[in-house]
Amino acid sequence: MDDITQTWDLEIKPKSSLLNINLKELWHYRDLMWLFVRRDFVAQYKQTILGPLWHVIQPVFTTLMFLLVFGKIAKISTDGIEPILFYMSGITIWTYFSTCLTNTANTFVANAPIFGKVYFPRLILPLSVVMSNIVKFGIQFLLLFVMMLYFALFKHIPIVFSVNWLLIPVLILLMAGIGLGCGIIISSVTTKYRDFAVLLTFAVQLGMYVTPIGYPLSYLQSKPYKWVITINPLTSIVEAFRYSLFGKGTVDTGSILYSVIFMIVVLIIGAIYFNKVEKTFMDTV
Amino acid sequence: MSNSVISVQNISKQYRLGEIGTGSMVSDLNRWWHAIRGKEDPYLKIGETNDRTKAGNSDYVWSLRDINFEIEQGDAVGIIGRNGAGKSTLLKILSRVTLPTTGTAKIKGRIASLLEVGTGFHPDLSGRDNIFLNGAILGMRKDEIKRKFDEIVDFAGVERYIDTPVKRYSSGMYVRLAFAVAAHLESEILIVDEVLAVGDSEFQKKCLGKMGDVSKGEGRTVLFVSHTMSAIKQLCTHSILLNQGSVEKQGLTADVISHYLADSNQIAANSVILPEKNSALYFTYIAITDDNNDGSLLTNDIDFYVLLDFIVAEKSVNVEISVCFKNSSGVNVFFTSLSDANTGKTLDLDPGKYQAKVKIPNNFLLPDSYTIDIYAHNRGTVNLDVHQDVLKFYIEDLNSYMAFYGKAAGDFTTVLNRCEWDFSKL
Repeated sequence: MDDITQTWDLEIKPKSSLLNINLKELWHYRDLMWLFVRRDFVAQYKQTILGPLWHVIQPVFTTLMFLLVFGKIAKISTDGIEPILFYMSGITIWTYFSTCLTNTANTFVANAPIFGKVYFPRLILPLSVVMSNIVKFGIQFLLLFVMMLYFALFKHIPIVFSVNWLLIPVLILLMAGIGLGCGIIISSVTTKYRDFAVLLTFAVQLGMYVTPIGYPLSYLQSKPYKWVITINPLTSIVEAFRYSLFGKGTVDTGSILYSVIFMIVVLIIGAIYFNKVEKTFMDTV
Repeated sequence: MSNSVISVQNISKQYRLGEIGTGSMVSDLNRWWHAIRGKEDPYLKIGETNDRTKAGNSDYVWSLRDINFEIEQGDAVGIIGRNGAGKSTLLKILSRVTLPTTGTAKIKGRIASLLEVGTGFHPDLSGRDNIFLNGAILGMRKDEIKRKFDEIVDFAGVERYIDTPVKRYSSGMYVRLAFAVAAHLESEILIVDEVLAVGDSEFQKKCLGKMGDVSKGEGRTVLFVSHTMSAIKQLCTHSILLNQGSVEKQGLTADVISHYLADSNQIAANSVILPEKNSALYFTYIAITDDNNDGSLLTNDIDFYVLLDFIVAEKSVNVEISVCFKNSSGVNVFFTSLSDANTGKTLDLDPGKYQAKVKIPNNFLLPDSYTIDIYAHNRGTVNLDVHQDVLKFYIEDLNSYMAFYGKAAGDFTTVLNRCEWDFSKL
């Protein structure tokens, strides 16, 4: 009798609907997300000498390597963009994607000890990864901007500020979305079968070569294997990123739209799958 | 009129044993195939009770089976049972770490669960940062933690170290800080697994006191799992006894505990089964018992026994069995031997199983926690089998004559003995 009128705050049952993401709860735990971001940042460079400077060193050396391999050895054009800026811009946005992907992909396995002992919306962790990577991206973007300033001041390659710069946050969001979506799908399947974690490491490596990081998309014009590169949803994002910064690149609305749709699809699949796995993964992980 | 805050209905939990590999993939496919045809999961029909000692036929076991109970607001409820009875699984389900296989649990209010101390503590972060991080993991908002911050630090007693990374903390400080955060969470329900075992007895008392305040003073509900019957008795008004995944008894704590302890088939709660050894003589089982229960609740006013089972594999001569009691400060308080103390003669033993039992008289050891070392030896020359710190037990103070001195009693004595005093005016 009373039971009917009683209101329960929480009902724990074996199965719930597919897309039952509790956004209210996620919002309640937002402080936790920022604390995880902070933890990542503070803890990562404890007991290192250079600290956050590592965020800068990494793209600098990768750029130099690209300069050597793609620029000097393979002699691939850079769409008329200053090579250093060309490579660095590509590396900056690619690094953001790949760290988002690899760091979210081990969400369940790496955090099993916490997940096994306490409940909080599991999605908080991959979200915090995306956030803390935005901070790292910010640092690297700043470096890129400093380089652009250098070239503008000393080499007379002016920085062109156009409305296209406003596109950059959208592109970052796209990258984050695709990285997060793929990452949580992979993290969900790795709870049971670790094969996918192994697969991921070289998939990311190979991914960089099928994305126009070390070469421009225009370089592939009229090549028969161009489709391999264009079906990659990241291709248009990287090209658009360069286009926004330097005004050069191969971008069209169709390919951007393709990336947007791709992002929405992986995010939905990822959310459904993650939501299903998060509740019982402790039994299999 | 029910005022339930937790209502558990027919909760069961099935686990799959064995490894995950191709075999489990076949099960997954089979399950999926049943699911598309709209049929019931075929693996739910099979499965055995979770008896760890027997090898089963099935890869599936039921860790919990059809659990039902209601918990009212403000109750402190103890959950007891042997290892493997399903206590931790139950707590995991209630704290949403995992889902039940069948059944529902309904909960009113916010739950803070302390299944482990210091979940999510990062060793490199300071105490301050970890309070915020841990609090947030447990579901506190930032301003809530800020409000409680001083109280938490004060309870943990780590004010001086608050800006030091927790990896520099002693394990005691670590535990205190972790418990403090969870205990100060403003949740309607507090779930505590056997986490207090790590702290010293003073801190354990403080935690029990805090949990008592939480339930009695603030009207919040506490669920407490422990093997320490005295702690359950002290804190909980009601208890639930689990046995092999089912509720065996629930009701008033005193009834449930006595039911639990009366179960004669049961191996004493405070006992250790020792592995077989390739030795002429070795111990197999050691337990603390007393006259009416299984020795899990010792007080200074009762006699208790140390039970030693051992196997003689080859004929052994000149054998001596000894037990040494070490108190919480690590001082060897008392040593007693089978033959020294009694006949004065060591034993010559033929192969076989033996049991030795030593009675420790009441009001002899000072109430404290003790560990035992056991020895089988050729009287001081060759050690046949030795186990140090093999068992831990606690003697509670029930009006001993040293009770008056409280914690300081240990500064003056390690044993109790009512001596005869002559007293006259000169």
